[in-house]
Amino acid sequence: MNPFLLSCQSGNTRNTWPNKKLYLFNMSSHEQTDSLLKIRDLSVSFTTDEGDVQALDAVEFEVKHGQTLGLVGESGCGKSVTALSVMRLLPQPIGKINGGSIYFGGMDLLKLNPDQIRQIRGNEIGMIFQEPMNALNPVRTIGDQVSESFLLHQDISPREAWEKSIHMLEDVGIPCPENRVFEYPHQLSGGMRQRIVIAIALACKPKLIIADEPTTALDVTVQSQILDLLESLKEKLGSSVLLITHDLGVIAETCDEVCVMYAGRVVERAPTKELFANPVHAYTRGLLASIPRLDGVSKTELSTIDGMVPGLPELNVGCRFAPRSGAEHSEELLLQRPPYHEFTPGHWVEACPVCTTL
Amino acid sequence: MHNIMTGMDKLLEIEDLRVHFPVRGGVFRRAVGACKAVDGVTLSLEKGQTLGLVGESGCGKSTLAKAVVKLIQPTSGSIKFKKKMVSGGVDEINFRKSVQMVFQDPAESLNSRMTVGSIIGEPLDVHKIGDKSERLNRVEELLEQVGLSKSTVKRYPFEFSGGQRQRIGIARALALNPELLVLDEPVSALDVSVQSQVLNLLMGLQAELQLTYLLIAHDLAVVKHVSDVIAVMYLGKIVEFGPAEELYLNPIHAYTKALISAIPIPDPTVKRKKVVIPGEVPSPINPPAGCAFGSRINAVKYPESVGQDLSFKEVCNGHWVLNCPCCVEE
Repeated sequence: MNPFLLSCQSGNTRNTWPNKKLYLFNMSSHEQTDSLLKIRDLSVSFTTDEGDVQALDAVEFEVKHGQTLGLVGESGCGKSVTALSVMRLLPQPIGKINGGSIYFGGMDLLKLNPDQIRQIRGNEIGMIFQEPMNALNPVRTIGDQVSESFLLHQDISPREAWEKSIHMLEDVGIPCPENRVFEYPHQLSGGMRQRIVIAIALACKPKLIIADEPTTALDVTVQSQILDLLESLKEKLGSSVLLITHDLGVIAETCDEVCVMYAGRVVERAPTKELFANPVHAYTRGLLASIPRLDGVSKTELSTIDGMVPGLPELNVGCRFAPRSGAEHSEELLLQRPPYHEFTPGHWVEACPVCTTL
Repeated sequence: MHNIMTGMDKLLEIEDLRVHFPVRGGVFRRAVGACKAVDGVTLSLEKGQTLGLVGESGCGKSTLAKAVVKLIQPTSGSIKFKKKMVSGGVDEINFRKSVQMVFQDPAESLNSRMTVGSIIGEPLDVHKIGDKSERLNRVEELLEQVGLSKSTVKRYPFEFSGGQRQRIGIARALALNPELLVLDEPVSALDVSVQSQVLNLLMGLQAELQLTYLLIAHDLAVVKHVSDVIAVMYLGKIVEFGPAEELYLNPIHAYTKALISAIPIPDPTVKRKKVVIPGEVPSPINPPAGCAFGSRINAVKYPESVGQDLSFKEVCNGHWVLNCPCCVEE
């Protein structure tokens, strides 16, 4: 039995699946797992003046039911592109998905037509964007913007949607929501705006929440509030979260599993505790060592990763961390992609023999 | 907080500094109020030290930095550099040579139409130092000092990554052999691996050139790593001040405690104790009458602080805290 179909039939009376056609779609007996989102072999490229550049190269990971998966990596490593691919929101016409599949509850999102994907987007999968100011429309009221998601995905009247918006704002911890609905984004602080963005993303009680750097633009004290809020809403709705961040501290506190990305590839994937305790790939180790720690010794030299993230056009086929690893890679390793190796159960590493020597 | 200023080797002394911006309203745009961005800050910096200034956005950190480098005229209070007030004339020219600033966003603080050579050489042009070939030599020397190759002189900022651009910004600030560098969030726009490279560079330069740093950042872990003393700022006021290690191990003010507890620890086996601060930072246009942080966290004791002139209390050697009844436990 398809787990997705099950979850649609049982419970969840709020939401009658709007597009009946979807049931008929892709009922191939896909292997039954406990994963809500399963990305297989996803490759994405962008057309630029200098030709096609590959932004994602065979990315694979899965988000399990009720769990939080963290995607971590430096800017330009493909974290956001992964999120946008899941939402099918890659910039058009330059962004191309070249291959792979994104299974969401057993249905391949890449095979849906635009109408079908619109039913999923914002309804089954909610996305929280990084810059709350840019994610909100400056000329429409908060109430308008929150009720939009209800009106699009549920068969209710504008008045009901408005009422629901007020409840939603209350859920995300906004004081006196019945007044706030009439306000505009510029009248709120950064933390409050991010709460609005969260309210919009979670309005339809999505099964999967994609949070793309939800706290990067915020202060630490506000970040702490927002992460707590996200955690409690996730528990309440029973959703899964795909959290994108570059802050390993945030990862350590909120995620069950982590994927470390580098230059368009997942170089290491493991349960959080395992990854922090036994990082295997040289990049992961470098990343963990380079953060200044509060309990560390002050004024000492921080360990660094030499060089910088390579530009997308100059990527090689083999081990992509080779130029920064500081260790000699043989010709062969630069020309052939390292295979994945399961280091301990659930702990996968892109096993370049040079970068993974302990 | 006067006693802490009596030390001998003070490079910079800030006393009771206030920067108020007028809030204009009405038909004639008259000043109808004041935004108290910096409201009575007293700080001092010894030669060779790094003072870290932390606080949330909007607390007045950057305004304080701009006032220190005289980009903003303070409303009242004094800034003494090497025990002298800086006011016009030769004094001011020398002051501007010895105090330089590194800005937050390396992409926006470099002119995209100027070459790296002319960006770094501009301070030399402005102060008419050396002739053309001497300036070029100095620029090349600076580039090597910050870890870039000489050959980059003719290139443009867009050809560099964020970390390299920040190095160019640092080279420009070093051009005039300054004594004090004001670093306004120098690494917050950078990735972690690059951030540590730039922090190492800054620490190395400080040891090499005996520089004094005023480091502004919101990341307490970064500040603690490179600073000797830390000042915590909240809504235009310093609430706690002390040696970095001491302040981290023994925070007294409720705001400092909350700030430290809010930092996520990159270790999944540690569960930090979270102190949740209710509400938000009040507006500096109409700040609460009493202790600004007390109004947020301690409604019971807050009335005690209204109308009181809050003073600093020394907890132990060099560790000062704003003695407010609602934020400091006896």
